[in-house]
Amino acid sequence: MSFFQVQAPKKAVKHAYDPALQPWVEKYRPKTIEDVSSQEHTVAVLRRTLTSTNLPHMLFYGPPGTGKTSTILALARQLFGPDNFRSRVLELNASDERGISIVRDKVKNFARQTPRTQAVSSDGQTYPCPPYKIIILDEADSMTQDAQAALRRIMETYARITRFCLVCNYVTRIIDPLASRCSKFRFKPLDPSSTSSRLHHIASAENVHVSEEVISTLIKTSHGDLRRSITYLQSASHLGGSTKPPTPITPSDIQEIAGVVPDSVIKDFAATLGVDAVGDDMEIDSPSKKVTGFDSIRRKVKEIVREGYSGTQVLMQLHDFVIEHPTLSAHKKAQSALVFAEADKALCDGADEELWILEVGLRVHKAVS
Amino acid sequence: MSLWVDLYRPKTLDDLHYHEGLSNRLRSLAASGDFPHMLFYGPSGAGKKTRIACTLRELFGKGVEKLKIDQRVFMTPSRRKLDVNIVQSNFHIEITPSEVGIYDRVVIQEILKEIAQTQQVDISAKQRFKVVIINEADSLSRDAQAALRRTMEKYMSNMRIILCANSTSKLIAPIKSRCLLVRVAAPSEDEIVKVLQYVASKQPFRSIDQNVAREIAEDSNGNLRKAVLVFEALKMQTPDLSGPLTIAKPDWETYCQKVADMIIQEQSPQRVMEVRSKLYELLVHCIPPNVILKTIADHVVDKVDESLKADIIHWAAIYEVRLRNGNKKIFHLEAWVVKVMTLYKHFFFGIDMDGFD
Ligand SMILES: Nc1ncnc2c1ncn2[C@@H]1O[C@H](COP(=O)(O)OP(=O)(O)O)[C@@H](O)[C@H]1O
Ligand SMILES: [Mg+2]
Repeated sequence: MSFFQVQAPKKAVKHAYDPALQPWVEKYRPKTIEDVSSQEHTVAVLRRTLTSTNLPHMLFYGPPGTGKTSTILALARQLFGPDNFRSRVLELNASDERGISIVRDKVKNFARQTPRTQAVSSDGQTYPCPPYKIIILDEADSMTQDAQAALRRIMETYARITRFCLVCNYVTRIIDPLASRCSKFRFKPLDPSSTSSRLHHIASAENVHVSEEVISTLIKTSHGDLRRSITYLQSASHLGGSTKPPTPITPSDIQEIAGVVPDSVIKDFAATLGVDAVGDDMEIDSPSKKVTGFDSIRRKVKEIVREGYSGTQVLMQLHDFVIEHPTLSAHKKAQSALVFAEADKALCDGADEELWILEVGLRVHKAVS
Repeated sequence: MSLWVDLYRPKTLDDLHYHEGLSNRLRSLAASGDFPHMLFYGPSGAGKKTRIACTLRELFGKGVEKLKIDQRVFMTPSRRKLDVNIVQSNFHIEITPSEVGIYDRVVIQEILKEIAQTQQVDISAKQRFKVVIINEADSLSRDAQAALRRTMEKYMSNMRIILCANSTSKLIAPIKSRCLLVRVAAPSEDEIVKVLQYVASKQPFRSIDQNVAREIAEDSNGNLRKAVLVFEALKMQTPDLSGPLTIAKPDWETYCQKVADMIIQEQSPQRVMEVRSKLYELLVHCIPPNVILKTIADHVVDKVDESLKADIIHWAAIYEVRLRNGNKKIFHLEAWVVKVMTLYKHFFFGIDMDGFD
């Protein structure tokens, strides 16, 4: 007996879902292109397509959480309305099988169908419903070169009745013949003021109190990725809301959720390596000036690893600490920078984190002493 | 009879011994109704899996403990058949992608789609979503990670994903930004001691000597599973747990220590050959090559002059990456051994090594 009752795919996904329980990233996903913040240029161009019957093939690219998927979904919805959406829009993403055979079958089949005539919209609104269909290939950079090549012909042959929108993080992973057929739209990381106003908007809609400090920590930890900052905000609001009376969200809550290593840990590690923080009551030739050696560095590294901090995160923060250090000589910084670069590459190649944190520690120690 | 580690594994969030703040947080998340996707990370033996199991229990009640194992067949795009064992309850399903190697994407895609397209049949279920647990998420291929991205958003209404990993470094940013990150630090020595005392209190002998507990805790290096296993083993060897205790190292570790000694004692082509046969021995016993390298390096640095230690670690770090990406593990292990011998010898003969690399 199967414990899962498999239903027809189309029916299943759509069912009532209490909006109060929705993750905020979904709940506050832009409904129209006007809701998309910070991407003024793109929105301005797309706004025009709403009134004309024409739409080029498009390529959206940019870092995660900048509104790419939201924008194309909103645009499609504004063009076709909820009733025609299914028959006019095909959305495929990296979780769908998109090998060359699927491109040849599924995509081609959809592309060649003549657009169905507009169904009467049930919500009483009128939609432009232009005479073409849209195929959204989200996360297109994970498609194989072969599959992309197969798209080329389809794009050309059915251009009259089908428009493509490719969405990706890295435009360089899209083969040239495809990219050159599209109008390109670059999505920028969200600037701090748009992020801030969006977060304020959500927080007040959800009745969560956030201080300016918290907002600025959110901005700092999410690097222009709005999805991330919204997720962090929601998680943090859980923590605060779980106690009675609710405790206010603090910047350090956000840091913990974001996986940021506390500054004190980094400072402590740096001190073990012989890089002292400047500014905290420093005494000239203070007796506490530790003589550090291999064993104390190794012990410190083991401690950090046991705390479970991510290796890349530790190295990134240590990097910033060393490189931005106010008094360290340029020569020492340069030598340290070399080590950080090597370590980053090694970790990308899957290297052992503990070994490389230790290696970086030892070499920075050597560079500064 | 079950091992103590399994017998006394906490089942609910209330039973968990340490990181109380974290347990409270998980409890409130489970109660909130908008449970997010989660990523648990931290060193092995820190208790990630136990914590996940307790969270599930909090979400769904006792029903999640009724597990069954399914034999499933998946088809790769190249029409190869994959047999995979899948552990599941009515409320969740658990997969370990590394078991299916390079085909992890296919399996994940299939399973997620299936769950996403089904609804909770059990009307009395406390949640309307099912949970997919992905173990060893850091070994997910890039492809498989990409496949998770939009799925995680699209099927949020009837599915939640819980990833479990040692580190977040190998997960791509779009996945991390869709999850609530939960760091599970290794328990401190005091915390381990407390757990050992708790385990002892459940046994007929009731208690464990403070010093013995501390010794076991120190030796475990933050790995609670190891600590409890060692405790049980010690108890079998010396039932009264008195007198000088020796915590037996696993054979392979003693073996690595011997190799380290061999490298320090003599540096010659002859010795390289001897070391090589030992390395082969370790490899055929399925000790991962990077663990071999790390362990030997750890012992070597304890026995050499301070000025050599950093260099030895440097080359260990370099060769560790190479052996991961290379094919012939023994080449890289051996190359490192030769490197260390050279360093050591030059150190003793006072030859200036600058400009030698
Ligand atoms: N420019 C934006 N304006 C408003 N909300 C945004 C914007 N970018 C991202 N978001 C928020 O982040 C979430 C993820 O955005 P999405 O469009 O899926 O990003 P991606 O660029 O990775 O496709 C959305 O649900 C929305 O809440
Ligand atoms: Mg997207």
